[in-house]
Amino acid sequence: MTAAEGVLAIMWVGLTAYALFGGADFGAGFWELLAGGTERGRAPRRLIEHSIGPVWEANHVWLIFVLVVLWTSFPPAFAAIASTLYIPLTLAALGMIARGSAFAFRHSVDQPALQQLFGASFAFSSVATPFFLGTIAGAVASGRVPPGIATGDVISSWLNPTSVLGGVIAVGVCAFLAGVYLCADAQRGDDTTLVEYFRVRALVSAVVVGAVALAGIAVLRVDAAALFDGLISRGLPLIIASAAAGIGAIVSLARRRFGMARVAAALAVTAVIWGWALAQFPYLLQPQLTIAAAAAPAATLRAMLISLVVGAALLVPSLIFLFTLFQRAEASTAITPSGRTARPPRPGPRR
Amino acid sequence: MDALGMGGSGGMFTLALPPDLLHARMQMALSLGWHIVVACFGVAFPPMALFAEWRAHRAQDQDMNALARTWAKALGVLFAVGAVSGTILSFEMGMLWPGLMARFGQIYGFPFTLEGFAFFIEAIFVGVYLYGWDRLPPRLHLLSGFPMIAAGVAGAFFVVAANGWMNTPTGFEIRDGQVMNVDPWAGLLNPSTAAQSVHMILAAIMVTGFCVASVYAVGMLRAGTSGPSRYHRLGLLVPLTVAAITAPIQIVVGDWIANMVAAHQPAKLAALEALYPSGTHVPLSFGGIYLDGKLVGAIQIPDGLSLLIHHDPGGFVPGLDRVPAQLRPPVNLTHLSYDLMVAIGFALLALAAWLGWAWWRHRDIPRSAWFLRAVALSGAAAVTALEAGWTATEVGRQPWIVYQILLTRDAVSTAPGLRIGFYLVLAVYIVLTVMTVYVLRRLARVPEATIAPQELETTP
Ligand code: HDD
Ligand code: HEM
Ligand code: HEM
Repeated sequence: MTAAEGVLAIMWVGLTAYALFGGADFGAGFWELLAGGTERGRAPRRLIEHSIGPVWEANHVWLIFVLVVLWTSFPPAFAAIASTLYIPLTLAALGMIARGSAFAFRHSVDQPALQQLFGASFAFSSVATPFFLGTIAGAVASGRVPPGIATGDVISSWLNPTSVLGGVIAVGVCAFLAGVYLCADAQRGDDTTLVEYFRVRALVSAVVVGAVALAGIAVLRVDAAALFDGLISRGLPLIIASAAAGIGAIVSLARRRFGMARVAAALAVTAVIWGWALAQFPYLLQPQLTIAAAAAPAATLRAMLISLVVGAALLVPSLIFLFTLFQRAEASTAITPSGRTARPPRPGPRR
Repeated sequence: MDALGMGGSGGMFTLALPPDLLHARMQMALSLGWHIVVACFGVAFPPMALFAEWRAHRAQDQDMNALARTWAKALGVLFAVGAVSGTILSFEMGMLWPGLMARFGQIYGFPFTLEGFAFFIEAIFVGVYLYGWDRLPPRLHLLSGFPMIAAGVAGAFFVVAANGWMNTPTGFEIRDGQVMNVDPWAGLLNPSTAAQSVHMILAAIMVTGFCVASVYAVGMLRAGTSGPSRYHRLGLLVPLTVAAITAPIQIVVGDWIANMVAAHQPAKLAALEALYPSGTHVPLSFGGIYLDGKLVGAIQIPDGLSLLIHHDPGGFVPGLDRVPAQLRPPVNLTHLSYDLMVAIGFALLALAAWLGWAWWRHRDIPRSAWFLRAVALSGAAAVTALEAGWTATEVGRQPWIVYQILLTRDAVSTAPGLRIGFYLVLAVYIVLTVMTVYVLRRLARVPEATIAPQELETTP
């Protein structure tokens, strides 16, 4: 493996983490959108709020991580992608702004009307943002981003069958992941109604995403021949693994083995993302720009590898601390500075 | 690497001005100018909240406890909008300035990678801090605040290093139009990094301190004759003390950074001072309007600039006459922004001195309502100085995006329709501003009563 491939692989780990963690946060917003009126949707909303509250900002930074690694290590690829795809990028960025700020604001106001407004804005942008990110993935995967500055078509590069497929699958995957994760969270909170609520939703989304992915094969065959060829050759083992893991997730959900379902769901998504990578190897931008041609000079790659290793040594323990802290059932006898005791146990957040 | 992988179009130098250059610049300025204000709180609010929490814990102080929780809550909101407004910035680097990223991402991008790690750690520990309030023992909770502070400061350092590189680029050579001998570490530690990052971190402390103090000053003015509560007095005194201690240091650092600019960016220095003729015995000028090489209506201190830079009244300072006309920055905007920053810097120093004097004399804040009025304004003044300083820095670098290496107009994206993006972003930022101000005002008005800072409505 060359240094460039090593850095790219680390970036891809970051992208996978963004899909698994950030994606699930988007998916939680998807379920909020469908949760119904204030009264009916109260319980699921509360669980969602509780689950993503402490972690969504950290999960969001995976995206920043991917961007900075891309633009430092593969500058021409970043310039080409960002300039040709500036429209979906702008829309995704605005979606993130609406989503993050609405989520934070909602905690801080007490008028129901405003809470509803922020809630709606959070939920709606939670669906729109992954859609646009998915169209970007579709654009890159189908070879519609040529190298150079804004040399691709700024519209048809991301409004095309593969991109739309990418967008729909992204939304579906987010919803699926969130549904599965939330089952386990609800279970930890001993709320059987909520467990069933999310179990049904996770199952339905699993089936829908699976069906869309199957139909997508036909779309890719016509619209993204190079990607298709890669997927059915080099990428095939991973695509099969993904399908198997997806079925495994469905079975675990059916048998109420939520811990297992979580792992299987994550594996299914991971396998697709890496299958895509294998399918278009060694190209960063099909069919012209290879990884080697796009890579920054050796000195930069070396500096990147050093910082990625040192950074990971700081980051991984911190992330583990964050997740275990909020995953553990309440250590709730802590005394606050005011001398009050913390509240009795609530449903713990996921992950 | 082939000619920077730039393929056919978008080559090294275009001749005509790209149609949307102005909109790209305005979009960048808007989103940076917005982000920087909330980013200041991300850097300097955590230590203040942590200090209040520590006092609350040590002295069982109810008022400090209420302050700590209110501040933590405001921090939660500001951090969230800071994170999302930072995200669009990183998109914009490529959407608007692909010519910069394609060529120099290999050097300029590197500090952003380190920044990415710093913000990652900050985001993790902000989560721990806000939501762990009742889950962690108090001592551990306090400890969990330290990584948050360290990461915030480190992040500011790295990102300002990236900006410093645009001002004083190092760590590469250009041969036959190719970028060679890249050394990202040298780029990170360019000549501007030290002075600029220290100046910026101090500015973040001043902005946060004066802004928070001004909220409580307004509260005390409203309280009128009934007299301010201890809660309000502490809310004013803690941040104001921090800001007041920082104010004089900032002026010393301001002198350092000005000397750095003089040494490395003569064209910018000339624009900051609106100086046309090069020469010795150059005066220091405040205000005035620059017209065709002359500064009209300025207040001048004879030999001032020569003295400041060379510690010698006869020191030679190059002026704009040394810079080809088409490579001169917009002088008036640069000069007036700079003077505004310096003027506010001294005004805030005076405010700090007033506080220090009163404290020295009778261990109390000055009793005059005028003092409270001045504090009430100081937050807005510090933000204005911050924006003015950045305007001077960025506009003073024009027409270069990378000083003397790459012109801004050669870095801008050639994609059609950029201006529509600008109007969209403008509209979203207007709404975002209104909402943020509204939410923060509500937080300021309702003293913290809930249990965990972020969990208002989940109380059973
Ligand atoms: C609270 C804010 C604040 C205050 C009171 C001051 N500054 Fe400042 N200044 C900034 C906030 C700032 C800034 C916004 O943070 C800048 C923009 C870029 C940077 O690194 O810092 C800046 C830039 C900046 C620059 C340009 C640096 C460059 O282009 O690389 C100079 C020469 C000074 N400052 C000098 C001063 C002096 C002499 C001050 C004394 C009164 C002063 N500043 C007060
Ligand atoms: C570390 C931080 C920053 C970086 C890396 C940065 C980077 C950039 C870049 C790439 C541009 C576009 C190219 C150019 O016009 O030269 C720009 C322009 C600009 N930035 Fe910054 N910037 C930073 C901080 C800020 C802040 C905080 C402000 C606050 C107001 C600001 C104000 C501006 C303005 C006004 C312009 C337009 C200048 C002009 O075109 O006349 N910048 N900046
Ligand atoms: C002097 C300039 C800057 C300072 C001091 C600064 C500081 C900060 C801080 C402290 C945060 C954490 C969030 C918060 O506390 O509000 C943040 C977030 C962020 N900033 Fe900036 N920033 C600056 C300029 C920039 C520039 C120029 C960029 C990108 C081009 C940028 C990109 C980001 C990103 C992507 C985040 C989000 C990280 C997260 O999700 O936590 N910042 N910034």
